[in-house]
Amino acid sequence: MGIEEGKEGGVPVKGQIASGPLLAVSKLTKLFGSFTACNAIDLHIEPGEIHALLGENGAGKSTLVKMLFGVLAPSAGEIIWQGENVRINSPGDARKLGIGMVFQHFSLFEALTVAENIALSMDRNVSLTRVAEEASRLSHVYGLPLDPNAHVADLSVGERQRIEIVRALLQNPQLIILDEPTSVLTPQEADRLFETLRKLKSEGRSVLYISHRLEEVQRLCDRATVLRHGKVTGACDPRAETPASLARMMVGSDVAVVTAEGTNTRGDVQLEARHLSVAARTPFAVSLKDVCLKVRSGEVLAIAGVAGNGQGELFDALSGEYTVADDNAVQIRQRPVGTKNINARRLIGAGFVPEERHGHAAVSTLSLSDNLVLARHRSDRRAFLGGGLLKIIRQGAVKAATKRISEAMDVRKSGEDPPAGSLSGGNLQKFIVGRELDRQPAVLVVNQPTWGVDAGAASRIRQALVDLARAGSAVLVISQDLDEIFEVATEIAVISEGRLSDPYPARELSREKIGLLMGGIHGEAGAAHAH
Amino acid sequence: MGIIEAILLSVITAATPLVLAAAGELVAERSGVLNLGVEGMMIMGAVSAFAATQITGSPYVGILAGVAAGLLFALFFGFLTLTLVANQVATGLALTLLGLGVSGMLGESFLGMQGIKLQPIAIPLLSEVPFLGPLLFRQDAIFYLSIAIVAGIHWFLFRSRAGLKLRAVGDSHASAHALGVDVIRIRYLAVLFGGACAGLAGAQLSLVYTPQWVENMSAGRGWIALALVVFASWRPWRVVAGGYLFGAVSISQLHAQAFGIGIPSQFLSSLPYVATIVVLILISHNRRMTLINTPASLGKPFVPER
Repeated sequence: MGIEEGKEGGVPVKGQIASGPLLAVSKLTKLFGSFTACNAIDLHIEPGEIHALLGENGAGKSTLVKMLFGVLAPSAGEIIWQGENVRINSPGDARKLGIGMVFQHFSLFEALTVAENIALSMDRNVSLTRVAEEASRLSHVYGLPLDPNAHVADLSVGERQRIEIVRALLQNPQLIILDEPTSVLTPQEADRLFETLRKLKSEGRSVLYISHRLEEVQRLCDRATVLRHGKVTGACDPRAETPASLARMMVGSDVAVVTAEGTNTRGDVQLEARHLSVAARTPFAVSLKDVCLKVRSGEVLAIAGVAGNGQGELFDALSGEYTVADDNAVQIRQRPVGTKNINARRLIGAGFVPEERHGHAAVSTLSLSDNLVLARHRSDRRAFLGGGLLKIIRQGAVKAATKRISEAMDVRKSGEDPPAGSLSGGNLQKFIVGRELDRQPAVLVVNQPTWGVDAGAASRIRQALVDLARAGSAVLVISQDLDEIFEVATEIAVISEGRLSDPYPARELSREKIGLLMGGIHGEAGAAHAH
Repeated sequence: MGIIEAILLSVITAATPLVLAAAGELVAERSGVLNLGVEGMMIMGAVSAFAATQITGSPYVGILAGVAAGLLFALFFGFLTLTLVANQVATGLALTLLGLGVSGMLGESFLGMQGIKLQPIAIPLLSEVPFLGPLLFRQDAIFYLSIAIVAGIHWFLFRSRAGLKLRAVGDSHASAHALGVDVIRIRYLAVLFGGACAGLAGAQLSLVYTPQWVENMSAGRGWIALALVVFASWRPWRVVAGGYLFGAVSISQLHAQAFGIGIPSQFLSSLPYVATIVVLILISHNRRMTLINTPASLGKPFVPER
């Protein structure tokens, strides 16, 4: 069975009776080598409560829940389930106890159908037709519409999450763990998720809700446990706290507020897309349909949208990673560049920050200075390369620029010039954004600037984008994070299924309106699937 | 027996080892393991089957020996790549080189011996059907087995729960692990199955195709089988189509050369490869279906984080 019971040693939580917490965790610790991901965590979850686990990226939230779900083995500490000391050796053990899990990076199989994905997590040998029937019954009860025979590869992120939730519900769990569930949803989809969670709660089930979004934790959760650097830094009733006090518990200090007061002076159009259409490169990609946009100097145009609606394709077309057939479809500083490559666009004063830090914006195994040269060896050739045709790298100049960027963006690193992979996500992202800002580009295109970045680094990066526009550059930000969009944007447009909406001044746009635009021009997508 | 029947019979004999080896490799690759040692496992199957048949006088013992040799080599490959997490490509290449060398050494004393051919088994009634009867139902056990194995693989992969788990492991081993699927165990079993099939294919070579032992008698068929798996987009019945097409074109070009058609023989010899690739590309032109069928974690090593 793999579940060991140790009643003598168990039930150590003080003052606890048999009808005590559903789950109690005591001094739970996880070491990866010399790194302590979780340090003596205490946590208890009552029956029928929605419990928030708050913390920044890297605070140890995911490690903690992986231990609760049997994916990782704890280095020390106890897990007490319904008063009994248990050892959870595998996800199968966790499911037998009554713990269900919805992963952040979905544990779905793209090549399989919805029903097949669900069947995989069931321990009993149930026929696929039975699984499909049961899944559609549950999905109706909880308002999570699903087509059992669709291939996961063809589904939106929101639909994928529904599969995960239905899959967890099929086990009839007492505790459901959700890891950052709203990071991929539109506001409307998130509201629907919250309804489902409240229904689960009303049935007496408990929910462990992992998030770094304070607003939704305050709306949804009964209690909260806050983690920082692998330690519990607070346990509270989130509704009795303010966002600022919760943020302080999470970050350990006050987070700088991005300031964007005053009016920017608008100048000429610096970046323009004219009826930009791009066919999908792969069967699972999105095609861009007649995208028109203009960014003037002094403006920050933010493009909102749910992941996988053409953001990556738009970035590729604007940056020149994939050129387009029509030279006039993309214009940078009023010069047609549609058929020009990325270096040609950089040479006329544009800068680009792609979405993935590792492997796309930076080579993890190379040092920061090497990464700097890789990005700018053409656009800043005179500064970094010497020896005429020999193109010898001028190490001194490169090192100096690395130092300048690190200081300007407050990049915290071990040593002078460490490998990019050794930096935390937030610090590497600050360096990558700083690498472009250092050139003072007239046009900057950024895709998901603060994805998976801690709050401190995120506010630093956002401030830098706002300041760049203030100084007279045209900035285009593609983001899924509405908080971020409202912090930086002067204009907002929404991308949905490869179509871009008209831009709206940021001050005139509400979250609800953005949510509707995200659902697509032809009505609200999630609701359309529901019927 | 007419000339047409004779040609078709030789096509079946030429295609069977390709189909067997490719079907086994298909299962291993569907689980996410790329085993480039098919050629090595095949030649070990051939020499073991021949030797065991010579010693015992029974080709059926020979078949078992061939399968056992393939299994043993696959186990070795599995230990290196799954337990010790060695590079799959390098280990597979080494396995082929090892198999070619070891088989040459083991087979030295059997060189030039008169082999014992595996006799056909006539299936009652069906074998009396004109034309098709002698072609399909008066065949040897390995041919029947090859068709049964492909049908079995198709059912297993797309109808059984264990097959679903195997496809899941090949699609995303991290997700499968997170769901509690034993990734390493499934991959071991898939690799072993692939080895058994390659060993059986080898046995067919030395017991049916040319009942004798010649060094390097697998002659690159393991590599062709590997290519068939890819061009068949990891679908079992397409492997059969590809294998038989390859067999058919190879046999016809031999006849064409014998007739002395005025086409350079080098061109004719390359025809089977060209024809198979072209046809399989044509039938797998649907890129979406191909992507769905391609094991996404093929060749990637799996180390569970604990």
